[in-house]
Formats: sequence, structure tokens, C-alpha cells
Amino acid sequence: MGDRSEYDAIVALLADYAHLIDEDRLEEWVELFCDDCTYKILSRENVEAGYPLELMSCNSKGMLRDRVVSLREANLYNLHTDKHILGAVRVHGADDGVWSVQANFSLYQSTLDGSTDLFAVGTYRDKVVFDNGRPLFAEKIVINDTFAVARMLSTPI
Amino acid sequence: MTTTAMSLEWPAEDFSRIPFAAYLDEDIYVEEQERIFRGPVWSYLALEAEIPEAGDFITTYVGDTPVLVNRQRDGEVSAFVNRCMHRGSMLKRECRGNATMHTCLYHQWAYDLTGQLRAVPFAKGHMGRGGLPADFDIKSVKLTAMRVESYRGVLFGTFCDDTEPLADYLGANVRAELDRVFNRPLNLLGYQRQRILGNWKLYNDNVRDPNHGALLHMFHATFGLYRPTQRGGVKLDDRGRHNISYSMMGTSDDDADAEAFAGTQKVFDKGFRLEDPSMLQYDKEFPDDVSLTILSIFPNMVVQQITNSLCTRQIQTRGPGELELYWTYFGYADDDEEMTRHRLNQANLVGPGGLISMEDGEAVEMVHRAVKREQDDHGIVEIGGKGEIGDHDYLVTEIPIRGFWSYYYDLMGIETEQAA
Repeated sequence: MGDRSEYDAIVALLADYAHLIDEDRLEEWVELFCDDCTYKILSRENVEAGYPLELMSCNSKGMLRDRVVSLREANLYNLHTDKHILGAVRVHGADDGVWSVQANFSLYQSTLDGSTDLFAVGTYRDKVVFDNGRPLFAEKIVINDTFAVARMLSTPI
Repeated sequence: MTTTAMSLEWPAEDFSRIPFAAYLDEDIYVEEQERIFRGPVWSYLALEAEIPEAGDFITTYVGDTPVLVNRQRDGEVSAFVNRCMHRGSMLKRECRGNATMHTCLYHQWAYDLTGQLRAVPFAKGHMGRGGLPADFDIKSVKLTAMRVESYRGVLFGTFCDDTEPLADYLGANVRAELDRVFNRPLNLLGYQRQRILGNWKLYNDNVRDPNHGALLHMFHATFGLYRPTQRGGVKLDDRGRHNISYSMMGTSDDDADAEAFAGTQKVFDKGFRLEDPSMLQYDKEFPDDVSLTILSIFPNMVVQQITNSLCTRQIQTRGPGELELYWTYFGYADDDEEMTRHRLNQANLVGPGGLISMEDGEAVEMVHRAVKREQDDHGIVEIGGKGEIGDHDYLVTEIPIRGFWSYYYDLMGIETEQAA
């Protein structure tokens, strides 16, 4: 597989990531990650001050699945529709089969009665690996510029 | 005509009825800023661990007043309204940092760490013309200061000369809880912020309401971290204004819980398990068996122990219809790497994205939206009993909410005989 097709596959992975959240297909969204993945939503405030605290963190695919199960079964959150707008994807290159990828996003949330607010703006800093030709997130770090979270952070960013 | 807290109808002298207008009215909000946040209370400012070195500062809000907190060269902590005395510009815009002086960017008036004005550019003008008048005394200009006291490294400030000493304001129960949590040097882990479109007192109600814990937060109940049948209770100070809700994991009665939840629409599944249950594990670290405490200090502070997740929450007001919660997470300086990781993992339980606490933002907003046209009506606060406001050793209670409002009522200057 040449660089071009890997680049295309990585861009497609990021597109799948955004659309699966937006279509509330979170069970399928989890399948975009490796078993021993890291998923973190960080507040830009903490990143800049050098603090490790996350807004959400999962250290395995199992924990991601737990989040989804909890959202489906236990949590009572603000009912809304997500829409991700993904910026241009920068693929920094591969190191020992691990691709470093970066992209900006904005995420709008719309309520049940049809009003929309900008919920978050930030940057994805991802590590992508290929498993039998299929790209997967080994690491997805979401750096959230909108760290004063409006109401609550329920569905993933 | 201006609405005041006094002009509202308070139909129950035990505060088992709360007038909805108190959450919504703009005039009352302004009155609260004066009588409460500028009044005889101690407001939570920050942790000393956030500003360990001389010159370290943070900016925060007391009510909606911007406040600058810094450590002076002599090690003392001082706090000021974050506003230049010249033309009123905000003095420090950064959330935190280190400074030897605070220089206003508008006209470069410079203050030292005690709040004393030290320098004004072109004070004598240019070529003998302009500048400050000869009788202007730079030494007479100081930033508007708060009185600051620290208890166990927790910094409180007051604008009022008459506020009782901090230790008395907190009372024995609250001091004991602060002694318990702030028992040794801290390791700061970071911050979270949550903006909620609701009144700041709705959040104070929320944290004084152990009854909602397992009803709104089903993650809690489902995994047994907190259930209403656990051993626990509430402890208040003498005035009822502060509260400690506490409970002990593993003491619940599954059958009684299942029966109690049977009439609700909620899932109560004893067989529900996480793939990675590590975040539910409590590494016992206090001498008692308490695994969950929510300490609420009037008017703007919460201290939380949810298993090994420790943090303070500061309530900042942004008008009658908006608040910001500012969460400061910490462990202890002697935590090893594994314990720090465990605390960070358990931070998943709380905060704006917390598996057990995310619902609070929604609950506050739902009330705020719904009572807009019902301002003459009242909320009911009778769970746990009516009448006397005091400590008790059960969790199906919202009595501490009545304690909050009883003190609120006193502060807002209302004669108690009007409450009959």
C-alpha cells in the first residue's frame, strides 16, 4: 500500500468517526479503535498549564464500550443531535507503523426543539495504525478549546 | 417597584416552601450580590497549593465580582477586586501565573502584590505639563481588598468587616471534614469548568439533596457507589447553612433498593457490570468507612470525596440565569504514580462529563426553564421531614436544602416573624 492510499484511508477513518457519532451509531464508533486504545478529551486549559486531568478518558476499547453502555442504560443527558464539521486533515507521517494525524473540528449540538449551539471547537491529535489494511485509532486525543463545557459532556466529541 | 427577597411570599417558617421568584428575579440577584457575596460570609477563593510561590496569582469570581488572589513576598495571601482603581479596567486577564507587579494594560498603572499603587507613567506629565495634580497621593491608592483567611490550605475571602472569624463561620462539623480531606500537602491534577443555564441557588440545592443522588444519577445506583439504603446521613453547622452528606459503600440493601425503585421508570439492574470496573474501586484512604462525602459551604463551595476522586467545586454566578462551576481536582503530594492514575481514572465519574454527575447540569436547567411563569408558586421541600433543621443519619432527605434557605433568608434581611 502506497502513502496515498494510506492517507486516503486515514481521512476516511476520521470521516467515519465524525459521522458515526453524529448518526448516534456509537456501538459502531467504538469499533474504529484498537483494543488497547487511549481516548482522552482534554481541556486546553489543563494542557497549557501542564495538568494531566481529562474531561473524559478511556484506556481501552472496553472502557469506551462502558461509556456507550452507560449513556444508553444509565445516564439521563440532554437530548440532542451532534454535527461535527471536520477541518483539513494533516497526516504528519508514520513512525514504525504508527501514523500521526491532526485535524481541527467544530461540534454543534441541536436541541429537540431545533435550536443549535456551537458546543466545542478543538483539535484531534491521533495515532492511527493499520490492522490487516484497516485503519484504527490507537490513540485519539481531543483538545477542547471550549473547556467551559456548556451544560454537560455526554456524547463523545 | 423593585422586588426584594423580603417582598416574596415565604409560606413556611421551616422553609419547606421555596418561592420560585427567588431563582429568577433580576432585582433579587443584584440584592444577593450585595447582601451575600459582599456580605458577612466567607467565600471560597482557591487552594493555597495553587499559589505556592511569592508572586503566584489566580483570577476568580466571588459571585460575579472578578477577584485576583496572589501570594505576597512575605508569604501571606491577599485578594483584591480584579479592577484597576484608575478607570476600572480588569487588571489581570490570565487565569493564573506569576507576577512581581500587577500592571494595568490600559494606562500602565502598576500595583505591588499587597495591592498598593506603586507607579503611574508620566505622573509628572511631560515638560512640566500634564500628568497627575501635585496633590495626588499615589500611596493613598490601593486595590479594593478582601479579608483572606486560610483553613487547612483552603483560602476564603470576605468583603465585609463584620464577618465572624473563619473557624467560627465553618463550625466544628465542617472543620472536621476539612481536617479529614486536607490532611496533608496536595498534588493538583487540573481543572474542569461547566456552564449551566440556571440560578446559582439551584446548584446549592442540588448539592444539599442526598435524596436525588440515586434517583437522578442512575450510574451511581446501578453500580452501588451510592444508594439511598446505604449507611450515611447529613451533618449541618449550627446555622444550617453548610452541610456534609456522607455515605458508605457496600452497606446498601439490594432487595429494599429494588423494591423502592420498582415503581419508577428507571432501570435498576443488579446484574449490570462494567468491562473495566477499575474506576469503581475504592482504595480506602481515610480512617473511617465513608466512601462518599459532599461538603457544601455557604455560599459558593463544595468539597467532594467520591471514592478516591477529590476536588473542590466553586460556584460562580453569571446573572440570575447562569452559573459556572469551577472544579479543582487534587490528590496528595505523596501519591505514587499508580494512585495518581487511579484518581485520574475516577475523575471519569464526576465533572461535566462525569458518568455519575453529568445529569446535575441538566436538572438545574430543567427547573430554571420550567418555573419562569410560576414565580408566585413554590417548590416543595419535605423529604426527610418538616420542622427542625438538623443532623440525621439517613439519606432519603432534603433537609439541608431548608438549612440553606433558612440562612439565605436571614442574610437577605428578612425578619423571621414574617415567615409565619
